[in-house]
Amino acid sequence: MTSQTVANELETKSMLLNVGPAHPAMHGVIRIVTELDGEMVRTCDVEIGYLHRGFEKECEVGTYTQCFPYTDRLNYVSPLINNFAFAAGVERLMGLEIPPRCQSIRVIMSEVSRICDHLTCVGASAMELGAFSVFLYMIKAREWLWELVESVTGARLTISYARVGGVKGDLPDEFLVSCRETLAKTNEVLDEVDALLNRNRIFYDRMKDTGVMSSETAIDYGITGPFLRSTGVGFDVRRAEPYDGYDQYDFEVPVGTVGDNYDRYLVRMEEMRQSISIVEQAIDKMPSGPTNVDLDGNPISPELMADLGKFGSTKGLLKNEALLEPTLEGSGQKAHAGIYADSTQAWLPPKEQVYSNIEALMNHFKIIMNGHGLRPPKGEVYVPHEGANGELGFYIVSDGSDNPYRVRCHPPCLPIMGALHELLVGDQVADIIPTFGSVNMIAGELDR
Amino acid sequence: MSESITIRKLKEKFADSIIEVSDRLEQDAVVLAKSALVEAAAFLKQDPDLDYCYLMDLTAVDYLKRRPRFELVCLFYSIRHNHRVRLKVPLAGDPPKAPTLCGLWKSANWYEREVYDMFGIEFEGHPDLRRILMYDEFKGYPLRKDYPFDKRQPIVGQSE
Repeated sequence: MTSQTVANELETKSMLLNVGPAHPAMHGVIRIVTELDGEMVRTCDVEIGYLHRGFEKECEVGTYTQCFPYTDRLNYVSPLINNFAFAAGVERLMGLEIPPRCQSIRVIMSEVSRICDHLTCVGASAMELGAFSVFLYMIKAREWLWELVESVTGARLTISYARVGGVKGDLPDEFLVSCRETLAKTNEVLDEVDALLNRNRIFYDRMKDTGVMSSETAIDYGITGPFLRSTGVGFDVRRAEPYDGYDQYDFEVPVGTVGDNYDRYLVRMEEMRQSISIVEQAIDKMPSGPTNVDLDGNPISPELMADLGKFGSTKGLLKNEALLEPTLEGSGQKAHAGIYADSTQAWLPPKEQVYSNIEALMNHFKIIMNGHGLRPPKGEVYVPHEGANGELGFYIVSDGSDNPYRVRCHPPCLPIMGALHELLVGDQVADIIPTFGSVNMIAGELDR
Repeated sequence: MSESITIRKLKEKFADSIIEVSDRLEQDAVVLAKSALVEAAAFLKQDPDLDYCYLMDLTAVDYLKRRPRFELVCLFYSIRHNHRVRLKVPLAGDPPKAPTLCGLWKSANWYEREVYDMFGIEFEGHPDLRRILMYDEFKGYPLRKDYPFDKRQPIVGQSE
């Protein structure tokens, strides 16, 4: 009997298999209903919404400033990028320009977040293919980076660091040094992972030629970010529509060739190296914040500056913010010179000033209190940023009041999940794991 | 500022259907009659000078006090020319109905499901119009302005 006649005589049935919503290899809560023909995935339906918490609705109820904590929870692996993207949207509506030092801070923190995101994605998907040590190395590196984030924002995940027109606080002392050291260590981890995975027989065989997508299909589905770049299209919002001064940095946009899981892995690895290079460049040309300088621009001590003032040499000194003694400065917090837009519409005064003079108190009141707050003029804006997974856009409609009329978050994950069935159908059941790992689904931004 | 090529070409081709054109904040936006949406979207995609290969996002806004009440917002992007445009379509009726863009972009499928889920806008010709984020038994459309934000709905009884 030929195999064809056997197939005709045997009664075969397809099997329905639920993957998720609580499967260990699902990186978040998502359910994939697959119909299997033997080991082959015949059809699949992706069901999302398990982590829906009404982000867009909540934003309409609060003020603009109150939206920031919600944006932390969109992509919870790289929350800083969401913060900055939302802030940039409101700033665009209000016509605010942020100062160069703040732009540099935003670039540094965004790129550090991007590295965290890629480390998590690559580490977790390598673990699912058996490379557990890679996971440990990468999570260790992410831990260093999160400590860096913690030193700046005070939190590891729910950071709420951005403000409309600036950032919450300046970088701590010694940050630039520790940042450089951490990145150097992270680079070593990347080299180590390269050596462990790139030519690893098991890893290569399971990643190569699985989950393939062509660039035309990817564009048709609206996919952006590392996924799109792995198919060979070099579209990156940082390059196409530079924001926060990304055009001043020298970086490459890595692209793949065939758009399979292995390409997505390589693109992510290379992007981390590019991000490290961007942060190093940003540190090198970081515009300085408030320091005391004499008339020739050399740093001087506060006492000397006061003495100069007594002698009447005050020309030009007005532009320089005096660094006060800790006792005079309250808790020792620096004023926000250099990290906030030069506009009382958005500028949140330091607490010491709020408690000590009426102007700062009124300014604080006007920005924070219900019914006052930030009031962008009527209008609407769409601002795209390059998130870790692709284009992260905020479409904000303002009706002139202090609550946003509508906030729409365009999450990079949604189009990717909309196309997931294209990747899975026709592959084996076992390929679901590397494919799902390499697209980097983040339920927080997918379900909002 | 002179008007962009997108606005100029759309004005030439769809002069009768365009309701309003704006380039505020250097972003092109065109308000268009519903009847011309699919044709205009196809034109944006196919014209070589425009070449909008992406339907980047599709969403809606509920202007409760305005008539017509809903506005569908489609965001397009072109990699080749690096430009963006927003098409906005006012939608009347209850439930409001809009033509689907699924025939032009596959990304429209999930975006439209989400708009249906959140606003109750029905897309005519959509191949698979189901709720996407909420569960099937959910009543009402959460992002409508007349849906109270603190309203609670327990999940009761699965269908079947």
